[in-house]
Amino acid sequence: MNDEPLDLLPEMLLFGGAVATLLTGSFVSRQRQWLARLVAVAALSGSLVAAITVASDPAMMIYGSTYMLDTATSLARIVAPAAALLVIGLSVERIAGSRRESEFYVLILLASLGSVLLAGSTDLLLLIVAYLLASIPLYALAGWGRDARGAEAALKLYLMGALLGIVMMLGVTVLYGVGGGSTAYATLAAGLATAPASALALGFVATLAGLLFKVGAVPAHFWVPDAVQGASTGAAAFLTTVPKIGGLIATYRLVLLIPDERVAWPLLIAVVAAATMTLGNLAAFAQDSPARLLGYSTVSQAGYLLMAVAVATKTDQALPALLFYLAVYAVTNLGAFAAVAAFPNAHTIQDYRGLAHRRPAIATVLLVCLLGLVGTPPTGVFIGKVTVFAATWEGGMAWLVVVAAVNTVASLYYYLRWIAPAFARSSDALPLDPRHATIGAATVCGVAAVALGVASGPTLSALGGAVLP
Amino acid sequence: MLSLLIFLPLAPAVVLVAGRRIPDRVARWIWLVASLLELGLAGAMWIDYAGHYDGTELAYETDFDWIPAAGVGYHIGVDGLSLPLVVLTAVVFASCAVYAMREQRRPRQLAALFLALETVSIGLFAALDLIVFFLFFDLSLVGMYFVIAGWGHRATATRSAFKFFLYTFLGSLALLVGFIGLYVAADPHTFDMIELTEQLPLADTGLGGGLVLLAVGVGLAIKTPTFPFHTWLPPAHTDAPAIGSAVLAAVMLKMGTYGFVRIAMPMLPDSWRQWAWAIVAIGVVSVLYGALVALAQSNFKRMIAYTSVNHMGYILLALGAAGLVADSDVEARAVAVTGAVTQMVSHGLITAALFLLAGVLLSHGGTYEMDHYGGLARTTPRFAGLTAIAAFASLGLPGFSGFIAEFQIFAGSLGPATWATALALLGILITAGLFLWALHRIFLGPPKDELSHIADTTVTQTAAIAPLLALSVLIGVYPRVLLDVVDPASRMVVELVAR
Repeated sequence: MNDEPLDLLPEMLLFGGAVATLLTGSFVSRQRQWLARLVAVAALSGSLVAAITVASDPAMMIYGSTYMLDTATSLARIVAPAAALLVIGLSVERIAGSRRESEFYVLILLASLGSVLLAGSTDLLLLIVAYLLASIPLYALAGWGRDARGAEAALKLYLMGALLGIVMMLGVTVLYGVGGGSTAYATLAAGLATAPASALALGFVATLAGLLFKVGAVPAHFWVPDAVQGASTGAAAFLTTVPKIGGLIATYRLVLLIPDERVAWPLLIAVVAAATMTLGNLAAFAQDSPARLLGYSTVSQAGYLLMAVAVATKTDQALPALLFYLAVYAVTNLGAFAAVAAFPNAHTIQDYRGLAHRRPAIATVLLVCLLGLVGTPPTGVFIGKVTVFAATWEGGMAWLVVVAAVNTVASLYYYLRWIAPAFARSSDALPLDPRHATIGAATVCGVAAVALGVASGPTLSALGGAVLP
Repeated sequence: MLSLLIFLPLAPAVVLVAGRRIPDRVARWIWLVASLLELGLAGAMWIDYAGHYDGTELAYETDFDWIPAAGVGYHIGVDGLSLPLVVLTAVVFASCAVYAMREQRRPRQLAALFLALETVSIGLFAALDLIVFFLFFDLSLVGMYFVIAGWGHRATATRSAFKFFLYTFLGSLALLVGFIGLYVAADPHTFDMIELTEQLPLADTGLGGGLVLLAVGVGLAIKTPTFPFHTWLPPAHTDAPAIGSAVLAAVMLKMGTYGFVRIAMPMLPDSWRQWAWAIVAIGVVSVLYGALVALAQSNFKRMIAYTSVNHMGYILLALGAAGLVADSDVEARAVAVTGAVTQMVSHGLITAALFLLAGVLLSHGGTYEMDHYGGLARTTPRFAGLTAIAAFASLGLPGFSGFIAEFQIFAGSLGPATWATALALLGILITAGLFLWALHRIFLGPPKDELSHIADTTVTQTAAIAPLLALSVLIGVYPRVLLDVVDPASRMVVELVAR
């Protein structure tokens, strides 16, 4: 047991940064909101650096047994603020000088903190708190633009989030009740081992519901396309990236609690994974709006990610595979969203016609990120897919690998529908007005998406640590 | 040295992509010089290898950890199976660079794309790690997609490119699933081809091995392509530019057949033997189906595309026959495999030439439809001569590489798969007929209309096509240059399959 406050420095920097950004934003004039941005960027960078410096420390549990510091939490501590920085980079031109600029940063900081806490919590009560902290800022973020579509996005997200949050609390209550009156995972596991199977199943499924909402997985995925289309592109990129990090790691920790001889959760998660990737891909087929297309694509990606959770207890490759896929998914997905954010007046995939000739750099990023999401080598997602597929196969679910492979082929279809016009020759193309900082952020994502693939060796080795003591 | 050979074309490709100010003429020269340099290097490697190594030995090996946590290493090297294909790749790409010296449509981007494709293709044949193999396999699809979509002739080019990509990508994922199966079954887990060949992770697992072979086999069969997975091929070829078709047929189809000898046969010998009869059957069906459909074509390029299905069928027949261990001697099966590898090289040379000739026909005459032409032999003697040579080479006339290859395939397969080989022999007859008929329609008889007065092949076109045919004749007349390297390697494959 260890109660050093400094152990939570990355989290505290996020929280302190949110407060400082809010105060700065409230006190400076609208022309000088860049000060608030500076504070937010500094807080995120500080949190990132602090997390990296302690990333290789041995795993330990702090504050009783409520919070776990291990490889999984470290990954969330690194990827969440890094993704938040990229989101700020790709949306800064959209929001700079806006009336609610500093609020955007505050919400992003708080939601990042929520995602990190979700990843680290090893206590059901903390899990609830983290869920709320990771969800409530997102409701505001989705409606940040204050237009009709933003309102619809926020409302949809809020209704789903509130409903599933309550279901989750019900689940936590049941688990608490049948687990011998403890909320800490460390002691709960023993209690749940003798709990009645039906109550255990109810508690687990209800708790899982909230996490599936965070992950954007079937059947809690309905908010994804509408929120992605209604929210500003930067907010959409954030919504589909950062909550997944915390949500999936929390799911991973939760399933380890449940004895699989009592509740067949590996099969349940596998079915959810298969349904998620299939529905996401099928729905993406018909989309003409790049944002909606990417929204459904993130649903299908959640399916691939859940594959690793399904074999959590079957192979020790599951966790490194999950964490690596999360990291590469984050940069690749953000890169694709950045390509959308760069051209705010392009509303359909046909509007990208001829992009490669006029803007070869951003077209290349788009190509790299979309093919990356498919899993074309040498991008990071390819290595992520190989490791997740291998872990799933090793965990005895070869059928799920086949389902995922078929889904990957299907997904190629809609990504190509977007790539094809972008690389077609065209004279009557829409005049595009690119945003330069956004292109910068996109380039960073594109380079990182490939670099993480080519140099995946050290990253994967570093992620080989254990998840629970 | 092998890494240098693989990545040498990438440097000018990067320069060409980055240098937006490079004039077209300079871009074409960079392309040509880089391709010839690459060809020289590959040739030097061939001479060095043939002088010092027996075909079974690995040479120029490089092996270091790339992603140790996932059992992936950057492992490359060549032996008697891969080196002929590496050199073939360099030859075909160099001849494409020569052919494209008159290319007007965005030559800078085209040059960059082809140089990158050359890296990818050579890398694939040199790969000794399944993930490295897959990486190059997938990147070749991306490159070819852009070649077809960007430089295709007709309005349907994008569609064809789309179909090509989707279809072959499906194959590549089936392949990946099979690779992961091999990886998971191996202990310790690895993607290294040499280790997997030694370990035989799926030996005696019956169903498991069969399913993995099915996944790998479907993946390679789509790429090869064999019946019934060939439907992507004709539209892709019809819409691709001449040099795209040449590379697609001469180099990229070999990625499939090479995968059979390099991956499927040595790593899954039990399952290969068990399913050999099915592979023989698919081979024979491809031979006959490809020939018959080719016979029905009125479009010269589509006809050549379907003869590829036919020629690839021979390779599958031979490789399947090599798996029918029970009632045949080692010698015959080794001859069959040697024939199959020779056929890969031979088909590469001849088909590249034929597709470039089809490109001449289109650029000078404006259409591939054979019925629009007639009597070209009088007005375009050089074109007629080259086409006639290529056609005779392709139908397997003695004196050309195709004869050497097909003779060995039939001689080697006749023992193990008598009836199938007898049926496949009909394929030779049909291809002979269809090539003669095509020559007849285009070159003989009275001129049909104004199209019949087309210009003859230019100097650059001749310079691109003639060396390919000369090499085919060289192999046909003096096959030892190739067989000395291939033969020991084939024996090794036969031994590996018989384990």
